[in-house]
Amino acid sequence: MSTGIVLQFAQTLLAVLLAPLLMGWVNQCRAWLQGRSAPPITQPYRTLRKLFHKDAVIAHNASPLFRFAPYMIFACMALAAGIVPTIANDLPFSPAADVIALVGIFALARVFLALAAMDIGTSFGSLGARREMLVAFLAEPALLMVFFTASLISHSTELPVIVTALAHRDFAIYPSLAFAGVAFWMVSVAENARIPVDNPATHLELTMIHEAMILEYSARHLALIEWAVALKLFTYSALGIALFMPWGIAVQGSFAALPLALLAMLAKLLLGGALLAFIEAISAKVRLFRVPEFLGTAFLLAVLGMLIHFLLEV
Amino acid sequence: MEILSLLPHEPVQWAWGVVLFWLALGFTIQLPQASRNLRSGLVFPIGALGALAVAGIGVAGLILPTSVMILPIGLPDLLFHLRLDALSAFFMVLLGSAAFGVTVYASGYFRNLTAGPLALLAMWYHVFLASMVMVMLADDAYTFMVSWEAMALSSYFLVTTDHKIPEIRRAGFLYLLIAHVGSIALLLAFGLLQGGHGDYTFNAMRLVEITPYWASMVYLLALFGFGAKAGLVPLHVWLPEAHPAAPSPVSALMSGVMLKTAIYGLLRLTFDLLNIRIAWWGTLALALGLVTALYGVIFAAVQSDMKRLLAWSSIENIGVILAAFGLTLIFYTDGKGALAALTLTALLYHALNHAFFKGLLFVGTGSVLHATGVRNMGYLGGLIRFMPWTAWLTLVGALAIAGLPPLNGFVSEWLLLQAFLLTPSLSKPYLNMIIPVAAATVALAAALAAYVMVKFYGVIFLGQPRAPTLQEAHDAGWAERLGMVWLAGGCVLLGLLPTQVILWIEPAVRMLVWDALPSGGHWLFLTPVSSDRASYAPLIFFAVVAGVLLLTFFWVRRIYHGRVRRSDPWDCGYPEQDARMQDSAEGFGQPIRQIFEVFIQAERDTPDPFERKPRYRGASVDKLWFIFYAPIARVVNWLSDQAGRMQHGRIQWYLIYSFATLIVLLVFTQ
Repeated sequence: MSTGIVLQFAQTLLAVLLAPLLMGWVNQCRAWLQGRSAPPITQPYRTLRKLFHKDAVIAHNASPLFRFAPYMIFACMALAAGIVPTIANDLPFSPAADVIALVGIFALARVFLALAAMDIGTSFGSLGARREMLVAFLAEPALLMVFFTASLISHSTELPVIVTALAHRDFAIYPSLAFAGVAFWMVSVAENARIPVDNPATHLELTMIHEAMILEYSARHLALIEWAVALKLFTYSALGIALFMPWGIAVQGSFAALPLALLAMLAKLLLGGALLAFIEAISAKVRLFRVPEFLGTAFLLAVLGMLIHFLLEV
Repeated sequence: MEILSLLPHEPVQWAWGVVLFWLALGFTIQLPQASRNLRSGLVFPIGALGALAVAGIGVAGLILPTSVMILPIGLPDLLFHLRLDALSAFFMVLLGSAAFGVTVYASGYFRNLTAGPLALLAMWYHVFLASMVMVMLADDAYTFMVSWEAMALSSYFLVTTDHKIPEIRRAGFLYLLIAHVGSIALLLAFGLLQGGHGDYTFNAMRLVEITPYWASMVYLLALFGFGAKAGLVPLHVWLPEAHPAAPSPVSALMSGVMLKTAIYGLLRLTFDLLNIRIAWWGTLALALGLVTALYGVIFAAVQSDMKRLLAWSSIENIGVILAAFGLTLIFYTDGKGALAALTLTALLYHALNHAFFKGLLFVGTGSVLHATGVRNMGYLGGLIRFMPWTAWLTLVGALAIAGLPPLNGFVSEWLLLQAFLLTPSLSKPYLNMIIPVAAATVALAAALAAYVMVKFYGVIFLGQPRAPTLQEAHDAGWAERLGMVWLAGGCVLLGLLPTQVILWIEPAVRMLVWDALPSGGHWLFLTPVSSDRASYAPLIFFAVVAGVLLLTFFWVRRIYHGRVRRSDPWDCGYPEQDARMQDSAEGFGQPIRQIFEVFIQAERDTPDPFERKPRYRGASVDKLWFIFYAPIARVVNWLSDQAGRMQHGRIQWYLIYSFATLIVLLVFTQ
C-alpha cells in the first residue's frame, strides 16, 4: 500500500511537471512541419513562469466564480492525471474514480471554464462558452462510448483492470477497439481544442472556441488554465496509450519495472505528440457547423464499436 | 406508560396523523377566527414540521415491518385501507425531505401576500401535501383514486393562483384536462386488475390470476395514466405550461415530488399488484423513456423562460427514470435479479436526487422572480453580484442536475450506466442490440443537460445585467436561504454518501425485485457489483479535488503573489459594447435548435435593419402539439358541435329525449 501511495504521488507529480513539455514538443513538431523555426521545447515552462510573475488584471465586474475557476480546473485536471495509469498501473487512488467518473471530471472542469467565460459578460466569452458546450455535448458521450467498448471487453470500468486486461490479452484483433480508437482520436482532437475542430494558435473570432473563453484571463489565472490545458493533453495522450497500446506499463506496484515503463511511456508520448502535430499540419480547420458532423461521426463510430462488440465478440 | 400505549405506535398511524394535521392546518386558517400570526406567516413553518415528520416516518417505515390500518371512512363496503410498506416509505422520505426545504422556503417567499390569498394558497398547499401522502399510503383502488384526484385538483388550484392572467388559466385547464384523461386510464386499469371479483383492495388484486393479455392491457393503461402525470412524451404538453405558471415553491413541489407519485404508482402496479410481468413491457418503457429524455433536454436547451426551461428539464429526468424502469423490467423478466436491483436502485436514487436539485432550482428561480419580476432570461444577467446567496446555492443545484461529480446527480447516472455495461449477459439477442444505443442516448441526454445548465446559470446569474433595474435586485430572505441551504445540503450529502443512502433504500428495492446490491464492501467505496468491476468513492474524490485546489492556491500565493489589478474588460477596440451584446438565451440555444430542427418549429420575427427600435422575437414550438393535439382538439370540437345540434334549450325537447331513451332501453332489455 505504501509503495502504491508513493507511486501515486510520483506519477501525478510527474504528469503535472511533464505536461508542459509535451505541449512544447507538439508545438516544436508543428513548427518544423510548417517550415518555421521552432521555439525551444521548454517554451511552455518559460511562459508559465512569466505569467505567474505578472499582476493579475481582472475586469471590474468579475465575480468570485471567475477567480475560483482556474484553481478548480487545475485541480480537476491534476485529479484526472492521477487516475490515468501512465507508468504504473496499480494505483491506490484509482478505485476512487473509474472511467465514467473520469468523464465526469473532464465535464466538471469544462462547465467551470464555460461558466467563468460567461462571468464577465463580453460577447466573446459567452460565444466561446456556447461553442465549447456545443463541442462537448457530442464529444462527451462519444468518449463515454469509447470507454464502454473497452469496459465491455475487460468487464470492468476500472482503468487498472481495463489496462491489465488489454495489455495481457492475446494479440487478437478486436474490430470494436479499432472503431473505438478512431472515435477516441476524433474526440481527443475536439476536447483538446486542436485542428480540425479548433485552432490553439488563432484569435480569429470566426473560428476560436477555447481561446475565446480565456480571453479575459491573465497572469496566474491564465497560467493555471494553460497548465491545465497541457495536463489535459497529457492525460488524453496517456489515456490513448493506456487503452490502445498499453504494452510496457508496470502492472504490479514494483519499482524495478518503473525505469523501463518510464522510457516506454516517454517514447510513446513523443511518437504520439509528433503524430498529433503531423495530423494538424495536414488538415484544415473545419467550419463551426461542420464540427457537430465531425463529432457526430465520432459518436456513431463509438456506438458502432460497441454494437460490433455485442455482435462479434461476446 | 398507560398513556404511551394509547398513542399510535405504528408508522402508518403516524402518517395518517400527519395527513390529518395538514388538513386541519389548511382548513383552520380559512376560519375568520384564526389568529393573525397563523394567517400571516406561521402556517408554513408549522406545515414544514409536518413534512419533517413525514420524512421521519418514512425512515421508520423503511426499517420497521409493513403496517396497515383501516379507516372508518369511505364507501359502506369499502373503507379506506392504508398501508405503509418499504416502497411507500421510500417515497414518503422523498416527499418529506424535499417538501421540508420547499415549505421553509415558502414561508419566506409568500411573506408579501395579503391574508386572504395567502390563506387560500396555504390551504391548497397543505391539501396537496396531504393528498400526496395519501396516494403513497393507499391500499385500495378507491382510496388511491380519491387521493389521486385530490392531488390533481389541489395542484390545479395552486397552478391557477394567479388566475387573473389568461395564459395561466389556459395552462391550468390543459393540466386539468390531461390529468383527467390519465385518471380515466388508471380507473380502467384498476377495473381490469380486480378481475371481476369486485374487491378493490390491493390485497385482493395481488391474488388475482390475470391472463398475460389482460395484464398487458393493465400495464399499457397504467403507463398511459401515470405517463400523463409524469410528463411522458407525447403526454408531456401540460408540463411546460403548468409548472412555470404556478408560484415557484409549488412548481418545486410539482416537479420534485408530484411527478414522482406517478413513478411510485407505476412501480406499485407493475411490481407489486400485477403478478406477471412480460419482457416487452420493459423494452417499451425503455424506448419511451429514452425518447422522453432526449426530447425533454433538447427543448430545455432552446427555452428562454427560466421556469419553462426547468420544466422541460423535468421531462428529461422523468425520461431517464422511466428508462431505468424499463431496464429494471427487462432484467427482472430475464431472471437477473441482482441487475434489476441495480437499475431499481438507480431509479429510486435518481428520483430522490431529482426531488432535491429540481426543488432547489425552482425555488432559486423563485427568488430571482421575486427580486426582479421577470421570468424571461433575456432580461436577466449578472445576478451573482446582487444575489450571492441565491446564486451560489443555485450553482450547487445546476452542477448536480448536470450530472457532475461529486454531487448527487452523478451517482444515479453512474449506477444507471453501470447497469448498461452488464447487459451482455442477457438472454435475448435483440436486447443486446438495443442496449448500446440506449446507453448512448442516456449519455447524450446527460451531456446535453450540462449544456442546458450552463445556459441556465450563465445567462441568469453571470455576465452583465441586461436591464438597469437588476442592480437593485435584493437577495433572498433568511427563510428562503434556509430552505435553499437544506435542499443544496441534500444534493451534496446524497452525492458524497452514496453507500449509506443505498443501504438505506435497500428494503424498498428488496421488496420489489426480491434482490439487492451486494453489500459488505468498504463504506467509502461504492461498488455495485464487485470491487474490480466498478467502484467510485465520492468522498475521496472530493477530498482530492479540494486538497489540490487549496494546495495550488497557497502554493501560488506563497511562491508568487496574489496581486490583482481591476480594469475594464477587453473590448476588442470597440468601446461601445453594452450588456445587450452578450449572448442571449436564444443565442445560446441556437446551435441546438439548428442541429435538432426536425423536432422544433421555430417562429422568428427578425427586425428590419432600418428600424429605430429593433425588436426580435423567437419562439420554439413543440411540433408534437400540431401532430397529436391539434387534430384531437379538432375532432373533439366537431363532435361537440354535433352534440350541440341536439341542444335547443327547450324543455319539451329534453323530455322527448328522455322518453326516447326510456323506450330504447326498454326495447334493449327485452
